[in-house]
Amino acid sequence: MKIRALLALAAGGSLLAGCAASGAEPSSASAAPPPSSARGGPAFPSTYRAYPSAPTAITGVTIFDGEGGRIDNGTLFMVDGKISSVGGPDTAIPGDATVVDGSGKYVTPGIIDVHSHLGDYPTPSVDAHSDGNEATSPVTPEVWAEHSVWPQDPGFSRAMANGGITALQILPGSANLFGGRSVVLKNVPARTVQAMKFPGAPYGMKMACGENPKRVYGSRNRAPSTRMGSLAVERQTWIDAQEYRSKRNDAKPPKRDLGKETLAAVLDGDILVHNHCYRADEMAQIIDMSKEFGYKVTAFHHAVESYKIADILAKEGICSAVWADWWGFKMEAYDAIPENAALLQKAGACVIVHSDDENQIQRLNQEAAKALADGRAMGIDISDAQAIQWITYNPAKAMGIEKMTGSLKPGKMADLVLWNGNPLSVYSRPDKVWIDGALMFDSADAQRRPVSDFELGQPGEGDVK
Amino acid sequence: MKRLSLFFASAAALIAAPLAAQTTAITGGKIVIGDGSAPIEGGTVLIRGGRVVAAGANVAIPADAQRIDATGKWVTPGIFAGFSRIGLVEVGAVSQTNDTEADKSVFSAALDIQYAVNPFASPISVNRAAGVTRAVVSPDSGSSIFGGYGAVIDLGQDENPITEARAFQFVELGEAGHRRAGGSRAAAHILFRALLEEARTYARNPAVFDSDLLKASDAKALLPVINGSTKLLVHVESANDILKVLDLRKDFPALDLVLVGANEGWRVAEHIAAAGVPVLASALSDLPYGFEDLSATQSNIGRMKDAGVRVAIGMINDRDAHQLRYSVQYAGNLVALTKVPRATGLTWDEAFAAISSVPAEIMDMGGQLGSLKAGRKADVVIWTGDPLELSTQVEKVMIDGVDQSLSNRQMRLRDRYSNPTPGALPKAYDH
Repeated sequence: MKIRALLALAAGGSLLAGCAASGAEPSSASAAPPPSSARGGPAFPSTYRAYPSAPTAITGVTIFDGEGGRIDNGTLFMVDGKISSVGGPDTAIPGDATVVDGSGKYVTPGIIDVHSHLGDYPTPSVDAHSDGNEATSPVTPEVWAEHSVWPQDPGFSRAMANGGITALQILPGSANLFGGRSVVLKNVPARTVQAMKFPGAPYGMKMACGENPKRVYGSRNRAPSTRMGSLAVERQTWIDAQEYRSKRNDAKPPKRDLGKETLAAVLDGDILVHNHCYRADEMAQIIDMSKEFGYKVTAFHHAVESYKIADILAKEGICSAVWADWWGFKMEAYDAIPENAALLQKAGACVIVHSDDENQIQRLNQEAAKALADGRAMGIDISDAQAIQWITYNPAKAMGIEKMTGSLKPGKMADLVLWNGNPLSVYSRPDKVWIDGALMFDSADAQRRPVSDFELGQPGEGDVK
Repeated sequence: MKRLSLFFASAAALIAAPLAAQTTAITGGKIVIGDGSAPIEGGTVLIRGGRVVAAGANVAIPADAQRIDATGKWVTPGIFAGFSRIGLVEVGAVSQTNDTEADKSVFSAALDIQYAVNPFASPISVNRAAGVTRAVVSPDSGSSIFGGYGAVIDLGQDENPITEARAFQFVELGEAGHRRAGGSRAAAHILFRALLEEARTYARNPAVFDSDLLKASDAKALLPVINGSTKLLVHVESANDILKVLDLRKDFPALDLVLVGANEGWRVAEHIAAAGVPVLASALSDLPYGFEDLSATQSNIGRMKDAGVRVAIGMINDRDAHQLRYSVQYAGNLVALTKVPRATGLTWDEAFAAISSVPAEIMDMGGQLGSLKAGRKADVVIWTGDPLELSTQVEKVMIDGVDQSLSNRQMRLRDRYSNPTPGALPKAYDH
């Protein structure tokens, strides 16, 4: 393993992506896609289509439904790419269904990572692949992460096969105060990123506070070189965005401005703000700034100090996307503690366990398990099923796709993982992964695993990894 | 103040603790010897004078022994981190607190990490509380391919962390070596050979030594590498680079090589095994981070082991200064692979040995460290359950038979903010 991810972090930077509407079958898409291309067709629409599926039932299995529920000796039936029924052993199964014996195994919703740089910081991590930070200006809301995502990143397949990842948000890096739009992807291999884009998912916008922007730009003797400089640049940017937004419907509207379109869509509530922010005091500043300009922070990412203001975050309804136990790699990560997630849960705040890492995205279930164990060790009562929610429903909610995926409820996309044991055990791995009901990974079938173009003809092609 | 006085009290206890005459018996626990043998139910670990006297099922307990009841618990040797940079870093990105490399130094091989290891660094206390008791600590290479002397340390709370100074020399011969040598692997290999030849020149007549390549101090540091009295830990990842390292012994037959990293080791495992070269391998690397890692797989360690390679878990460039507590999780993941079709993992017993006795043996310290066999230093951890499982907590840590504090600043922060809302006074008064 390499320290690349940490370096990327230290250098700060990630990409935001966003996609316009989706061409795929519209499910009960929650958020309307923002009007990304005001005067033309949809901008970069999703071309994702569900792959063929067979009516399938999993029986005798322990089910974590992603919303805190648990069913022992359960049955799950999916058909036409959707979850049809979830219940006990007497759940009806049509005669033509493929039946998978789940005894001794566990089912969870597909795991969802709210913070990934797969594709925009892909492996091999050579300079030519460094596409996560448009570090030429601290304010780049005009860039879209999807325009950097390389679909052949081998990391997508590892995330599926070892981590059960079925959906993920690819963000721009944290070099910039306004990093750009994110893109939400289905974790399916594809020739184009458009064919991975999650139909109907709203865009996110990446913001960053703290050390990274002021280091990147301060070292070039330009703003921001301080935290106060960061806030000043951010507030002025919002002031300009407000003006643009107010003139949008004038008789003579202003010239189209890509960056301000994104910012205006944030102010409209159509684009969700994902704010990289480590320190509690800085999160409080960002919350005040969001109130000054009338937008909402959906989630603080890398929020290692959230536990210090868990009450405030609960009251404001802002999610914290956290690691289980990363700490000490830079000054603003110095006060990280392993009980962060559990303390947030105890306070009634929204918890997400995220990766920001091509390795730990393969083990988000284990990261949730560690955070759970550390909470229990200090006497906080959290169920296994609640910890699973940290890596399924809660990230789905922060990405605006919770009405479509993220939990095992009838009518939702059949995005799910069959684990060969309790997913909160170090000894468990994905047995099978379905996305929209299509079997995309089967540990028993060497053909039923993705191998990227990059790996073809290379040593280790098609290996278990 | 309360906590401060507690700290001093525990420091005083520490000084008083290693009573040579005191015998301690840890009874009733599930004993893991750490040598790859199966755990023993309801066993006893007997400690005296800082050493393990006996461990197993039928251990006679002296009448005057202090007893620690470990019924329902697991008792194991402390975790031996096979490759790390712990104690060299407080905050990674704060350069003043980061002593891993010295790229502006005029010295290279002569750099001696024992002077940089800080036993009071918070990563020491954090990882000690997670059951890590010993670690291989290596410098990184800075201006040259050679990084300097590494050490084996303990993670005890006392002021003497060094178990063995100058335990090895560290060199980069993969992509990092290519970069540091001037831009190619050929440059790295000629530099390696030239530096060792210069050291021989130095040895012939130190008084007149004058080299464009090497300071006298560095030359002196390389002499024990050439004659094999100091181990050479070589970071290399690709199959081809591994073969080229093994070939170095054609020119320098006494080199006592240990490979570090070795993501593609499985592809040339029979060569590594035939050369009798052990490996401190990354456990879960499975991506082509660079072209030197194209065939990386989590099955690497299992496959090398099956080919007869002596292999332990190391954590090079993988949060190696702060997160040695991942060692148990990594070992558990290798066990998980035994249930994955086509993958190759380790049995539980092998996996635990890969983070205890095997790294100690690779460092030629297996007679002193890494297991609960009689005569070993009493680095002992009591766990609430299976030490490789994610839900398990550490209950007690002993190093050299001395009971260790498990407190650290992460726990202090946790306790201060267990209720985040300030009380009558600000949080700063909660201590």
